[in-house]
Amino acid sequence: MIAIGYDLGSAYSKVVIMKDGKVIGKGIAKTTMEPLESVAAARDAALKEAGIDEKQIDKVGITGSGRKLIKTADVDTTDVSADAAGVNYFDKEYKTALDVGGEEARALKVSADGKVINFAVNDKCAAGAGAFVEAMTRAMQLTLEEFASASLESTQKIPINAQCAIFAESEVVSLISDETPRQDICRAVHDGIAERLTSMAKRVGLEEKVALIGGAVMNKGLVKSIKDGLGMEATVLPDPLFVGAIGIAVLAAKS
Amino acid sequence: MEKKWKSSPVQCWGKAKELRMKIYQEIKDAKAQGKVLIGGGAESLIAIPTGFDHNILVGEPYGASISYLYKDNPDLYFQIVEAAEHAGYPRDLCAYMRNYLGSVILDKYIFGGHFPKLDFCLQAGFCDTHSKWYQAVSEIEKIPYFSLDLVPFDWEIAGESEKTKQLKRDYIVSQIYEAIEWMEKTIGKKFDDEKFIQGVINESESTSLWAKVCILNRAIPAPLDEKTILSFYILAVLGRPRQDVVDFYKELLAEVEDRVANQIAANPYERARVMTDSQPPWFALDFFRLLESYGVVSVGAHYSFGLSGGWEYDEAGKTWNAARPPSEQGVELKTREDAAKWLADWWLSTGTVCRGVRHSGIGKIQRMKDLVDKWHVDGLIVHLNRGCEGTSLGQMDFVQTLMKEGLPVMTFEGNHADPREYDEKRTFARIESFMETMGLKQVYEYKKY
Repeated sequence: MIAIGYDLGSAYSKVVIMKDGKVIGKGIAKTTMEPLESVAAARDAALKEAGIDEKQIDKVGITGSGRKLIKTADVDTTDVSADAAGVNYFDKEYKTALDVGGEEARALKVSADGKVINFAVNDKCAAGAGAFVEAMTRAMQLTLEEFASASLESTQKIPINAQCAIFAESEVVSLISDETPRQDICRAVHDGIAERLTSMAKRVGLEEKVALIGGAVMNKGLVKSIKDGLGMEATVLPDPLFVGAIGIAVLAAKS
Repeated sequence: MEKKWKSSPVQCWGKAKELRMKIYQEIKDAKAQGKVLIGGGAESLIAIPTGFDHNILVGEPYGASISYLYKDNPDLYFQIVEAAEHAGYPRDLCAYMRNYLGSVILDKYIFGGHFPKLDFCLQAGFCDTHSKWYQAVSEIEKIPYFSLDLVPFDWEIAGESEKTKQLKRDYIVSQIYEAIEWMEKTIGKKFDDEKFIQGVINESESTSLWAKVCILNRAIPAPLDEKTILSFYILAVLGRPRQDVVDFYKELLAEVEDRVANQIAANPYERARVMTDSQPPWFALDFFRLLESYGVVSVGAHYSFGLSGGWEYDEAGKTWNAARPPSEQGVELKTREDAAKWLADWWLSTGTVCRGVRHSGIGKIQRMKDLVDKWHVDGLIVHLNRGCEGTSLGQMDFVQTLMKEGLPVMTFEGNHADPREYDEKRTFARIESFMETMGLKQVYEYKKY
């Protein structure tokens, strides 16, 4: 049984190919103004890594905000359900998952059989998602890697109160003008996002074990802030960008 | 999937639409016909001025109608809201109020012609913003304003003392007398006590009948869906002291009783039931259609049940039943004093939305639990409404309580009367996730996005 899972997110299109429950190919492409071209690029990369032809695929699953682009899937679910199935694929003990994507962040309570018990999503604002960090890196004139590393070197906790990425940017500029150490500013940005994520996690019913997924959790500074905010251990799953695509491939294979 | 139940459109729907438009037309024509025209809010004891031959332009549904323009006439909608904003009314104020004031400032009545020239405004302070709303109208239009100061009885389970209840009752009654004298002096017309008594009786009848209709929606399958309910509850908001509104609700009650007896469903695929909270985004009701495609019927809301319904607490059953009008209590209202006392008591004790606005916490939570239980609700969809401070008060309190008790709950942010604060596409995506969480799949395709 070969299944392909498409996760068409707002920032990236991710594709995973699974054979008999194991991932054999992955592909990723930035979502552009021509989304079908992004999908094709990610799919072709996954097929190439898997070393198979598209005709060998038995089942197709589709999820993500762009999922209506593909009309002929065997399974079509929301990203919340795909995330839950993906997290469950790695370990059935995970009860809470935080998915920090480009423009959307989600908290999920997951059942032992990989279903969603409860979920919360950020509302109409990217202040709890990856785009927020990207905006702050620009304000700080740092790369994402430099920003994450600087955050880990922080020696004091300072608050950033703005709830909006635009206003937070001006707050960061004010902190720079006040000669606040840049390490502390970077941490403050991560702490601010973590606070919003923690709030969502508590709303759905925070329970161990906690999985962290989505592109933004590749930022180690943010992960530390999230763990501090949750007050418990949380695990970044392997290839956190692909967990939704894995989940939808799992659901497609079961269909 | 096979249809599970019989279904047919509600026959009264067309009549409701006609009656609503008749009321708005009467407002437009009121001055030409020599009637008194009053501005005020839905919770402004609109039975008080029934002693005059009058019409009343009730602000909240008018504000909602303006938001609906966003669908059909967005240019006019933006002219109206921008007129209010240019005048300095900020976007975090009550969205109904902003829409209404924009219409006043622009001097455009959305049902045709200039904004009707009001004789005066009458408003009860059940919501602080509403009191200021009509103060602003009176200043812009240079017309007199009478504001009644009141706080409804606390929820029965909060244990408010009889002494404070009596003080509140007496306080309202004295203000009703004062309002009548003030209106007579302001417009130079004599107040007719017979008409007032009938208006008070009608107010009690309308709201009691509406509560009875709501109670019938406990049936499985539900005879009414919320989108249709919203077309019906509005008549009590617009004119519950009117005889034609009482007559309409009698007819509706009979039709809904028949639907229940014959298991005629609002949604022929009904297999799960939800409720909503707060006013919906009036300009974007299609999310109810999305729910239907999953075999889900939204059976109502604390808002539409409570704003138009008269409810009385049943201590023995720990629940709320339809409040009993004078005819059911064997009470005859004979004098102005009888009617004023009855109206004060009815208003203070039977409205659940005004009590939610003034007393959130345990009473509202209990009421929400009761609705979920008695209406067999499987999930709750809560509109975190940025446009109404009153109905959004305490929302997260009951959300947390109900979630802890195992009820699936979904929230979405929006604004009931300002489309600029509502993201329909993301709300649809969230509802789709919520449906999956409830283990539901679409039974037929409905794709707006």
